[in-house]
Amino acid sequence: MLIENESGALSRVAGLFSARGYNIQALTVAPTEDESLSRLTLVTLGNAHQIEQIVKHLNRLIDVVKVVDLTEGAHIERELMLIKLSAVGNYRDEFVRLADIFRGTIVDVTATTYTVQMIGETQKLDAFIAAIDPAFILETVRSGAMGIMRGEKCLQI
Amino acid sequence: MELTGAQILIHFLEDEGVEHIWGYPGGAALPIYDALDTDAKKLQHILVRHEQAAVHAADGFARSTGKPGVVLVTSGPGATNTVTGIATAYTDSIPMIIITGQVPTSMIGLDAFQEVDTVGITRPIVKHNFLVKDVKDLAITLKKAFYIATTGRPGPVVIDFPKDVQNATSHYEYPQEVALRSYLPVVKGHSGQIRKAVEMMLSAERPIFYTGGGVVLGDGSEELTKLVRKLGFPITQTLMGLGAFPASDPLSIGMLGMHGTYEANLAMHHCDVLIAIGSRFDDRVTGNIEKFCPTAKIIHVDIDPASISKNVVVDIPIVGPVQQVLQEMNALLDKQAQQPQAENTQAWWAQIEEWRSMDCLKFDTSGTKIKPQAAVKAVWEVTKGDAYVTSDVGQHQMFAAQYYTFDKPRRWINSGGLGTMGFGLPAAMGVQMAFPDATVLCITGEGSIQMNIQELSTCLQYGLPVKIVCLNNGFLGMVRQWQEFFYDRRYSMSYMDSLPDFVKLAEAYGHVGIRIDNPATMKQQLEEAFALKDRFVFIDIITDQQENVYPMIPAGAGQNEMILV
Ligand SMILES: Cc1ncc(C[n+]2csc(CCOP(=O)(O)OP(=O)(O)O)c2C)c(N)n1
Repeated sequence: MLIENESGALSRVAGLFSARGYNIQALTVAPTEDESLSRLTLVTLGNAHQIEQIVKHLNRLIDVVKVVDLTEGAHIERELMLIKLSAVGNYRDEFVRLADIFRGTIVDVTATTYTVQMIGETQKLDAFIAAIDPAFILETVRSGAMGIMRGEKCLQI
Repeated sequence: MELTGAQILIHFLEDEGVEHIWGYPGGAALPIYDALDTDAKKLQHILVRHEQAAVHAADGFARSTGKPGVVLVTSGPGATNTVTGIATAYTDSIPMIIITGQVPTSMIGLDAFQEVDTVGITRPIVKHNFLVKDVKDLAITLKKAFYIATTGRPGPVVIDFPKDVQNATSHYEYPQEVALRSYLPVVKGHSGQIRKAVEMMLSAERPIFYTGGGVVLGDGSEELTKLVRKLGFPITQTLMGLGAFPASDPLSIGMLGMHGTYEANLAMHHCDVLIAIGSRFDDRVTGNIEKFCPTAKIIHVDIDPASISKNVVVDIPIVGPVQQVLQEMNALLDKQAQQPQAENTQAWWAQIEEWRSMDCLKFDTSGTKIKPQAAVKAVWEVTKGDAYVTSDVGQHQMFAAQYYTFDKPRRWINSGGLGTMGFGLPAAMGVQMAFPDATVLCITGEGSIQMNIQELSTCLQYGLPVKIVCLNNGFLGMVRQWQEFFYDRRYSMSYMDSLPDFVKLAEAYGHVGIRIDNPATMKQQLEEAFALKDRFVFIDIITDQQENVYPMIPAGAGQNEMILV
């Protein structure tokens, strides 16, 4: 969705979700090329009726300029993850291979750690994590999904 | 014109046509209070005795006039005292502007004296709110606030106004217009949908209109009355909608919902076409949603898309202003070759009349105690059904709704959505301010009236001749009723002990107090009380302690599962 780039706009969106008992699975937000607007992608779960209600209530917020439900059409979804792994001995090679398979990039290296950067759909990032013994995972940070419609359709004002 | 922020506020309010502002001063609002003294020409400030009352008074003004109510308070406790009032207005979609003083911008976030996060506290109970950080934005922010509050589905807007911004200066010019790219209220209903709705109405055999507060707020009363009479369909109105269609018209089958009439609730349950207008399928109306209108096709007209199919999925949604949509329906009907056929609904009416003959609102008048129902009826007679009636929350509110026959919109003023005890008296002050010569009365209980009793002082100061009709049953009656029905008569904390002598209390505040405890003299005493046109009169009516509100649909039951007397 597009929201006014004003203090408080984000808390209105978040407040709506908590007040009405909807859940937020992930949320990303940053200003757009038009500095007066922020683009916000929010991932939530619900049946068709619930999603319709969520969209209607979001539209009711004065700071919300435009909302689309990306899942209604073809769209691209991407998430960024930075994951720090304990990498010693044989695992140094092993993690390079694994990162490669998932098209991740090692962006920071120390004698005992790697930090891998990976971009993809949420499920792919989940799969990468699942492929690694949790004992080796030191830290993960994920952006939450961002989405955009495929083709010429745009979310614009 | 170069003015301070505080002056800009006063000039703006006058330019916007605001005549009354309810409030209470304090540190963070002092520059505004000073500007009020130096700059206000027509604007009148009414000093209440508690900020909650300021909001309810402005709310009563708004409900009775259709114009936005305006409130001014200081930061911190001033702001927090307004919260109940704001929530009350929000739940019932009342246009209001609440201006709160705030600590200087440089001190925000430092836990300064009398600092609270007003914008954060009020966020879930306002249509929108603003923190003004720059005096240059003040005038346009005010304009936006009025625009947002009064258009679309109305609601309260809070403007948090830091003290340094009140003192900063800027050029002022009244902004004539405002446009918001993110806020475009619907101005017209979809014609195709309206046509479909009219067709559905014409083919109905068991139709019913179910109309709510949206008709009052959207000034749709006249068009609604035309439409209902043209079609000859039964109409039931919600607690919030009373008066939009005249209750004394035979087509009106009374209020629906938890304490609605037998005929209204049964007609809802058995109808085949439900025409919902400006009503929101509230749980106090629908009862058990699973059992709601099982055989009906539903048409729903509402200004707010989010109200449609929220609780009940509807067949023909129409998003638009009720007045415009109803007008278009009337026009369509006039043009149409096919006209409403009375015989379509003949059997339905016969059924409704049978239900109606149950006379579910009858009550026993033989005893020596005053029945609250009889008191309301007597008040209706004495005021010739032409008063503005505000109310609090409890049994008395339901008796008022059931027995004061409302024939005009904006005459019945109560906190239907939030159910705020303490609303009635300050709301009546707001109405009386708007209509100085009208009869304004507040039907209340001895519990509710004590929640804003301090306003007796305000009424003296401004000479507001409100009449308090206190149905004094010595109980938090509605609580007692639920305890009787659902908690084995364990009357936990519902008895009101140590009540004040309300007659003396009224006198102590410089008013007239009258006690009525005899059914035989009630009418005469009421006549005397209402004859005191320019005095505030507290009428303390001692009523039957055991009386209950009937009919009643217990919470969670279906509309056809009523408890009758
Ligand atoms: C501020 C607030 N607190 C509590 C309640 C719950 N409540 C609803 S009705 C009622 C009793 C009201 O008693 P009274 O004003 O004496 O009216 P009665 O029911 O006796 O007519 C109470 C406590 C409420 N509605 N509002």
